[in-house]
Amino acid sequence: MDWSNVFSQAFTQGIGVQAVIFAIAAIGLNVQFGYTGLLNFGQAAFLAVAAYGLGVSIAFAGLSIWVGLLIGIAAAVLLALLLGIPTLRLRADYLAIVTIAAAEILRLVFRSVTFNPVFGGSDGINRFADDFYALNPFSAGVKIGPIDFSANDMWIVVVGWVLVAFLSLLVFLMMRSPWGRVIKAIREDEDAVRSLGKSVYAYKMQALIIGGVMGCFGGFVAAIALQSIQPDYYGTELTFYAYAVLILGGAARVLGPIVGSVVFWFMLVFIDSALSNAVSSGAITFIQSTQVGQIRYWILGLALMLLMIYRPQGILGDKKELSLDAR
Amino acid sequence: MPDDLKHLVDALQTVPQEAGVPKPDPILVADGVRRHFGGLTAVDVDHVEIQRGTITALIGPNGAGKTTFFNLLTGFDKPNEGQWTFEGRQLAGVRPHKVAQYGMVRTFQLTKALSRLTVMENMRLGAQDQRGEKLFASIFPFLWRKQEDEISERALRLLASFNLDQKQDDMAGSLSGGQRKLLEMARALMVEPDMVMLDEPMAGVNPALTQSLLDHIRQVRDRGTTVLFVEHDMDMVRDISDWVVVMSQGRVIAEGPPHDVMSNEAVIDAYLGVHHDRPLTDTGEALTAHPEEA
Amino acid sequence: MRRLLLMISAVALAFMAVLGGTSAAFAAGETIGGVIKSGQEGVAGVTLNVSDEEGFTEDVITDDAGEWVVEVPGAGQYLVTLQTETLPPGVSLTNPDRTSATIVVAKGQSKSVLFPTGEARVSSESTLDRALQLLVDGIVFGLTIALAAVGLSLIFGTTGLTNFSHGELVTFGALMAYFFNNLLGLPFLVAAAGAMLAGGLFGYLQDRFFWRWLRKRGTGLIAMLVVSIGLGILLRYIYLFFFGGTTKQYAEFSGQAGLALGPVDVTPKALIAGGVAIVFLVATVLWLRLTRMGKASRAIADNPALASASGIDVNRVVSIIWMAGAALAALSGIIYSLSNGISWQQGFQLLLLLFAGVTLGGLGTAVGAIVGSIIVGTMIQVSTLFIPSELKNVGALAVLIIILMIRPQGILGRSERVG
Repeated sequence: MDWSNVFSQAFTQGIGVQAVIFAIAAIGLNVQFGYTGLLNFGQAAFLAVAAYGLGVSIAFAGLSIWVGLLIGIAAAVLLALLLGIPTLRLRADYLAIVTIAAAEILRLVFRSVTFNPVFGGSDGINRFADDFYALNPFSAGVKIGPIDFSANDMWIVVVGWVLVAFLSLLVFLMMRSPWGRVIKAIREDEDAVRSLGKSVYAYKMQALIIGGVMGCFGGFVAAIALQSIQPDYYGTELTFYAYAVLILGGAARVLGPIVGSVVFWFMLVFIDSALSNAVSSGAITFIQSTQVGQIRYWILGLALMLLMIYRPQGILGDKKELSLDAR
Repeated sequence: MPDDLKHLVDALQTVPQEAGVPKPDPILVADGVRRHFGGLTAVDVDHVEIQRGTITALIGPNGAGKTTFFNLLTGFDKPNEGQWTFEGRQLAGVRPHKVAQYGMVRTFQLTKALSRLTVMENMRLGAQDQRGEKLFASIFPFLWRKQEDEISERALRLLASFNLDQKQDDMAGSLSGGQRKLLEMARALMVEPDMVMLDEPMAGVNPALTQSLLDHIRQVRDRGTTVLFVEHDMDMVRDISDWVVVMSQGRVIAEGPPHDVMSNEAVIDAYLGVHHDRPLTDTGEALTAHPEEA
Repeated sequence: MRRLLLMISAVALAFMAVLGGTSAAFAAGETIGGVIKSGQEGVAGVTLNVSDEEGFTEDVITDDAGEWVVEVPGAGQYLVTLQTETLPPGVSLTNPDRTSATIVVAKGQSKSVLFPTGEARVSSESTLDRALQLLVDGIVFGLTIALAAVGLSLIFGTTGLTNFSHGELVTFGALMAYFFNNLLGLPFLVAAAGAMLAGGLFGYLQDRFFWRWLRKRGTGLIAMLVVSIGLGILLRYIYLFFFGGTTKQYAEFSGQAGLALGPVDVTPKALIAGGVAIVFLVATVLWLRLTRMGKASRAIADNPALASASGIDVNRVVSIIWMAGAALAALSGIIYSLSNGISWQQGFQLLLLLFAGVTLGGLGTAVGAIVGSIIVGTMIQVSTLFIPSELKNVGALAVLIIILMIRPQGILGRSERVG
């Protein structure tokens, strides 16, 4: 058992690309679900349309990366409108069903053979982020203690965390403003807010859009970091990971997504590496190495269940302020 | 009471005491408003008008349809038929938040003080036309800070008049039931409505606070806001109402000044179901003695 | 919580004891594989070639189920080519120009390649004939998912839980039937009956020891929704762990020629499956309408406080609903797998269609779930007249969204439930 390798992997991934992607996805989800109480179970779709918007603009239409980013954002806004208009006047679980359905529709369309020329089918779109890496100031990889990144990875990770900081700052400002006050009131009692002259529907739509646009940056990071946009990456599991990260860190807390993402990925990679290591070194014999990847989903499932049952406020949350209560 | 508003109340003296009678200067006029739930008719109001600048009480036994009527008027429920105007504006089909924006604000029977916000935050929520409530302005505090301070000042004054100023930074959830009712009323007043509709403002309130509450409602009227309230407490109704509307089984069965209405036989029948010689007021005994009256 | 763990361990151990062997079939190292199908039947005897730049090349022939798999020497890029001359007469690729695919395999990964085939009868069949065929297929499919949808709707109606792990009850039925039929060698009908009972038991245990406990401790409905998502993930990957990732077939009835009924081709098993589904669905509706238990469950769905106050033992009725709903879901899984093979995620893939059917018909009503599911199933199949087969679910999901815009309470639901 190579424990130093296990820890090194865990620490690196704990602040690495996946942690960044999910921190961003969770920040967006926090605005929608944590603060406003919207059951968006299609966050993966927001990341997907952003990533594909970027990829298709570059690979298919030959546009620059900056235009691609704008198109990705526009796609996220459009998606939020399409999802919100029919469902925001209805009960919360209708939004849940519709968002999952929408995410699945998009995934099927993106991976379809029919649209292969545009979206690349199940292979997706690859190698389009050269413009981004051309700006990379890191000439060599970075190795500090247990942390180990290649030059390209370092660049996207740094950009990613700056993005996380910026988005978190925005959330902080928004939520301590009068706008944020209305949002928090909506989460508790919509009719009270209506009786005071505020349009609950309009605020929910804004939260859905803003949360979707913030989260979609996770799609950009994923596309650029992985140098590949594959439809199956943006499946429902991605949304469920985002929820686990958000709830673990603490919903309706500015730093919740960050803490949740780092802790979650550290633990997940730790267990993954430890198991892989144990299997390949022969310490554990009843699991095969291909099955180790499945264990991480057991962890995900159990984590979601245990969190919601025993500590729904997560690490940073306050039990008294809990919004996750009965209808 | 200021003289220029007094005439609105005095005008009621010339109004005949009939259900559905027109008023000299109505702020709210409702026509043919009906609401069924399956086979049950909850509201069946042919015509009712509320005089501007007065305190009107809406009374009736349980199940008379008073709260349902409130819900319909303020857009929280849709009628099967009917229309009503507020300040001359057609409100049928208008969404509840817009109704509030037009100046008709209601409170709720089950208090909706937002427990996870502080008392002051609850109050600030009531203010209208806040720049900081716009999404893009929200991230630039300098755009809304000044207005927020003005709102806070106004809120504090209002809280003080309700004796809640000491609690401004407490979570609303930590207040007693009666204090939360006061908060909800104060918050409704932050909207600066033309008409405030209070759904059982006395329910659950400490008797020691009752008098101050009554004074507040009078002050609200004296500042020019029309008050319509639902109540079961007949003493309160008699004490401060300028006019009373009685509902029973969804219909308006009587209208008039408090004392006259409460001696009206039809009204007594509606409450008690049998003829009774004594009027409903003074001691309230007539009501509480009978098991039908909750 | 401890009880849930015990329950899951018990189920897991049962699986491990017998299915553990089959997980060895799940190859170690990197593989590329797939299934060649014509319609719903596997196509045997098709040759494919997997090669890379470094000189690795291997031919493989599809087995009776149309399945093939090649172990590749490691992570990297491979070219998979289908030898179209080895396709049997009447079977051709949907996209004749795409006879090969470039696959990138990551370390430890097993990748699937898809070579979709067009229906052999397309050219020789009139559109009307095809429409009729799809209509029949659709109704059978709709009946199959209706079985699962009923449970989903009733559980929502009586407890308010939007159960995102309901699909796993469907898969459970299919897996248990596999266990009894393929591994214990029991005749299929006995295996199916056993699987239904097992499914019912699983559902009962879930409610009795887990969901009832959560309800009692006052867990909110949204929290329970998220818990159900976690449970679904956990169960799905436990299934994967023990059953493996490839689609398998039952020992009997896996391949069957269709009977020609006029212009329409139906396999006997589809007919019987459809018939069984109808019988169970009708029985369920009658049970709800006529028996005391059934009426009690409708009373609870209407107004739980009132029902409880009138002396109905709500907990007991809910447990029975769970048991019945889970048994029906198990049956749904078995029927579905008869024609489509058994897969660890079949329930999850159907879950969205279940929601579509239940929402269309009206959340909380059983008849609504049935009507909605039949419509959804029919629509999905018939839509392949106009849109490519791979996108047929898209149509159903899009309709779900449209329904919510126009009439959110569904065909038979009541608007008060909507919000």
